[in-house]
This record gives sequence, structure tokens and C-alpha cells, in this order.
Amino acid sequence: MTTNAATEAPDWPGPHASPERIVDPPHWGRWVALAAVVVGLAWIAYQLITNPGFQWDIVGRYLFDPIVLRGVAMTIQLTVLVMAIGVVVGVLVGLMRMSRDPLLNFCAHGFVWFFRGTPVLVQLVFWYNLAALFPQLSFGIPFDGPKFFEVSATAAISSFTAALLGLGLNEGAYMAEIIRAGLLSIDAGQTEASKALGHRPWQTFRVVVLPQAMKAIVPPTGNQFIGMLKYTSIASVVALHELMHSVETIYSRTYETMPLLIVAALWYLFMVSVLSVVQHFIERHYLKGWQAEVHTPLQS
Amino acid sequence: MTVHETPSGEIVPLVRISNVWKKRGANVVLKGVNLVAHQGTVVCLLGPSGAGKSTLLRCINAIELPDRGMIHLDGVAIGCRQEGDKFIRLSEREVSRQRADIGMVFQNFNLFPHMSVLENIIDAPMRVRGEGRAAATQRAHDLLGRVGLADKAKAYPRHLSGGQQQRIAIARALAMQPKLMLFDEPTSALDPHLTDEVLDVMKGLAGAGMTMIVVTHEVAFARQVGDVAAIMADGVIIEAGPARDVLTRPQDPRTRKFLAKSLQKQQE
Repeated sequence: MTTNAATEAPDWPGPHASPERIVDPPHWGRWVALAAVVVGLAWIAYQLITNPGFQWDIVGRYLFDPIVLRGVAMTIQLTVLVMAIGVVVGVLVGLMRMSRDPLLNFCAHGFVWFFRGTPVLVQLVFWYNLAALFPQLSFGIPFDGPKFFEVSATAAISSFTAALLGLGLNEGAYMAEIIRAGLLSIDAGQTEASKALGHRPWQTFRVVVLPQAMKAIVPPTGNQFIGMLKYTSIASVVALHELMHSVETIYSRTYETMPLLIVAALWYLFMVSVLSVVQHFIERHYLKGWQAEVHTPLQS
Repeated sequence: MTVHETPSGEIVPLVRISNVWKKRGANVVLKGVNLVAHQGTVVCLLGPSGAGKSTLLRCINAIELPDRGMIHLDGVAIGCRQEGDKFIRLSEREVSRQRADIGMVFQNFNLFPHMSVLENIIDAPMRVRGEGRAAATQRAHDLLGRVGLADKAKAYPRHLSGGQQQRIAIARALAMQPKLMLFDEPTSALDPHLTDEVLDVMKGLAGAGMTMIVVTHEVAFARQVGDVAAIMADGVIIEAGPARDVLTRPQDPRTRKFLAKSLQKQQE
């Protein structure tokens, strides 16, 4: 052992100099796992290329088939509208559940209880068959009072409106809980500081509470969005031509089941990937002020 | 600064707290508190924790509402209006207009973490008062200079020390050009070596003639800066008067005990 009094700041020591360099232990297990993963991926690639069952030529033929593309468009349209309904209903019901007004609270509780507690499939079929319960939909005074206008239920409720109502209201119940959780995550001091500055209740919500709650609301909402994209396929039970139903109508005629399911899977994968990228950017936006280092905000 | 007088020549205090009672659950927090704060004076509220000091302060800008009694700012009742012999609560929307004239500084700063320092300061003047961005920004920079943080306008609150955050919080409250400033234990969440920078800003503010009501444990500050000291215990004011008298020659034995304790703490 040697002691030395440094007369000047020492240089970074060379590879063989004392004190010894500290290194990681060898990760033998990692190399074994890597080999296993490589073999597994190679097998999957081999199967994808050589297994004639995949019928890639048929996949290619149908990937941009007009029926499939119309299905994709319908899936996107339905998902976006359902999530829009879900978010609007969710904000309303979520706020009602946090209200001190007992009646609002009760109504919101009841809504979440019912729409979260019954299967979506049942709700969809219920809306689709609304005509069986109420042949005429009318707007007016209840209990046989005067009616302002009236329309037959079969005309008002198409596959599309049934899917919108069924999925949208159900989603609203889930979104209400997500939004409530986000709002609860904000410290009461933030609301007090906002009030003390003279913000009106709506300003306190819009300017102070909601932007901070978004940090907790966006990730699970992205999850819901991605889940809903695929869940819209349940609307095929009310004969709506979204992506899944579109490929079904083709393969029920041609019996090319596997390649057409691959077509659907590829489209879902693509749409989910786009959504994930969008979610990433939205999350980054709401992290403003929370990053470790100081840098200018992404956008305002 | 104007001093308000009634036609009979009596001086109207800026803040008049009359017989305020407040219950929280079964617990009675305020038991008939009376207190006045005159224009341009500093009133310090001291006393053991749980005495109701913060609750009283929070009643002054109606963040909490008293169950009985009245609080007047400049002769206007805060948080309720009188109709005949009934007192009816104002809506949050109406109360918010009254709160705009009352600045408040919190123990935990409560800056908005998603806004830069500048945005924290200019938001309420623009949104509540309808000021233009240029004017609000100009005043924000002046105020930042006054609290010694001129270079922090673009920073986010998370990246500032507690003392800096509290000084920003004071600047944010001042940006509304309030008639009255409320301080709720402004230095209690700070490391001891950071309290002075906040107390210095408050001293400057008092020197400039701002009316302040300060809940604090800093007896030395109260003695030096306070015009009036009020000692609270168990929901009542047990002793109030000129700060120097109350804090050097206390009459009530409970005040003496409290002061001896806080003196002991400071020497530890």
C-alpha cells in the first residue's frame, strides 16, 4: 500500500493504474437469453416466409381492398366519435361525482354503476332494438303529455347510432372514473391559490386544475383509446361495417380466413402505433414544468 | 393611502372582523373573534398551533366561510350579503370578485407548477382584471425585481428553492394590486437559513404601507415589523394590542407561556 500526497489535480488513471477500475460482473444468463430470443425470432421469420398457410399473396391483394379500406375508415370514425362522447360524458359525470351537491352526486353514481355494471354487448343490442321497447321516440311532456316532435325508433336508431350510444355511454362511465382520479390527484392548495387570486370557479378548473390533472389523465385515456380502437369490432353484432366485420364478410365468402385476419391485424397494429406516437407527444406537452432540467416548453 | 372616515369622523378600519364563529364538524374552531386592521398597518396573529389563526385568516378572503359573524373589507361584507335581517351566502362567482382585492400567501407557496414564473404572475391580472399582456408583463418584471428574482421569469417553480418560490408567490399576489395581503405562516415550510429572504421582502412591503395580516411563529419579526399583535388560543383572541407591548410585557399568563416557549425554541 502506498500513500501519496497529490501536488496537482490527478489525471484520469490509465487502464492498469491503481486504484483498480470497477467493472460489472459477466452476465452469462443474458447471453443465453439473447441466444434463445434470436432462435425464436428466426423461427417466426422462417414460418412467416415458408409456411404457405399465411398466403401472403392474398394478404397483399386484400390489404388495400376498397371494402377493407371502408372498414378502416369506419373503425377510425367510430373510435374517434365514441371517445369524444366518452370524454365529454366522462368530464361531466366525473365533475358531478366530485360535486358537493348530493343530487348531482347521486345521479353520477347511478350512471357509473349502471353503465359500468352491464356488458357492452347487452347495451349495444339494447340500443339497436330500442324499437321493441319504444316504437316511437318523441320529445315532449312525459306520462302522455303533449309531444313536440316524434320519430319512429327504427328510423332514428341505425347500426351506427346504436354503436355510438352503446360504446360511448359505456366509455363515458370509465372515463368519468379516470378523470375523477386525475382531479383528485391535484393538491387542494392549488385550488385555494387559484381562488385567492380571484379566478372564477370555471377558470380555476380550466387554468389551474385540469392542465395539471391531464398528467394523470392522459396515459390511461390513451390506453382506453387504443382499447376502444379494437373494441369497436364488437359493433359487428349490430351489423356495422367496421374493419373486423368487413374482413369477416370477405372470408365468409372466400374461406381465406387466415390471410384476411392478418389483414385486419396489420391495420389494427398500424393504427395503434400511430396512436401511441400521438399519445407520447401529448404526454410530453403536459409534463411542462416537471422535467428534470430547465428547458423551453415544447409548445404552448 | 386614503383613510376612510364615517360622516361622524370615526375612522373605518380596512378590515373589521366582528364576532366570527366557525365550526368544523363537532369542533368549534373560532369562538366569537373580533379584530380590526387599519389601513397601512401590519397585524400579526400568533399563538399555539390549533388556536384557529389560519382558519381566521382563511375566513377573511372567504376560502372558508364563517358560520356566524361578519367580516368587512373597506365597509363591504365578505362572502355574504344582507337582506333584511338575513345574511345570505354569495355564490363562488360573486366571492371571486371580492377575493381579487385580497392577496394571499400560503405556507406551501402553492405556485402553479405547470406555469413558468412569469405565467404564474401575469395570469390573474390578465384573466381576472382583463389587463393587456404587455402591461401585466411589465409589472411582473418590476415585482420580480422587487423580490430580488429578476432573472427567474422563465424558470419553472420546481427548479427554485423554497425561499425563492415564496418570494414569487408574494410577487404573484402583489400583481393583483390588492388592498390587503394575508400571510399564512409564510416561513414555516422553509429551512431556517431561507426564512430571512422572505421576511426581508415582507418588511419592505410593510415599509411601503401595505396593510398586512400575518399568521406567524416568528416572534422577532412580529415585534420588529408588527404594529398590532394578537395572540390567539382555543378559538379566541386572548390578548391584542401594540405589538411591542404585547410581545414584551404580556398581561395574559397564556401569552407569557407561549412567548417563553417560542423563545426557548429559537435558542435551541
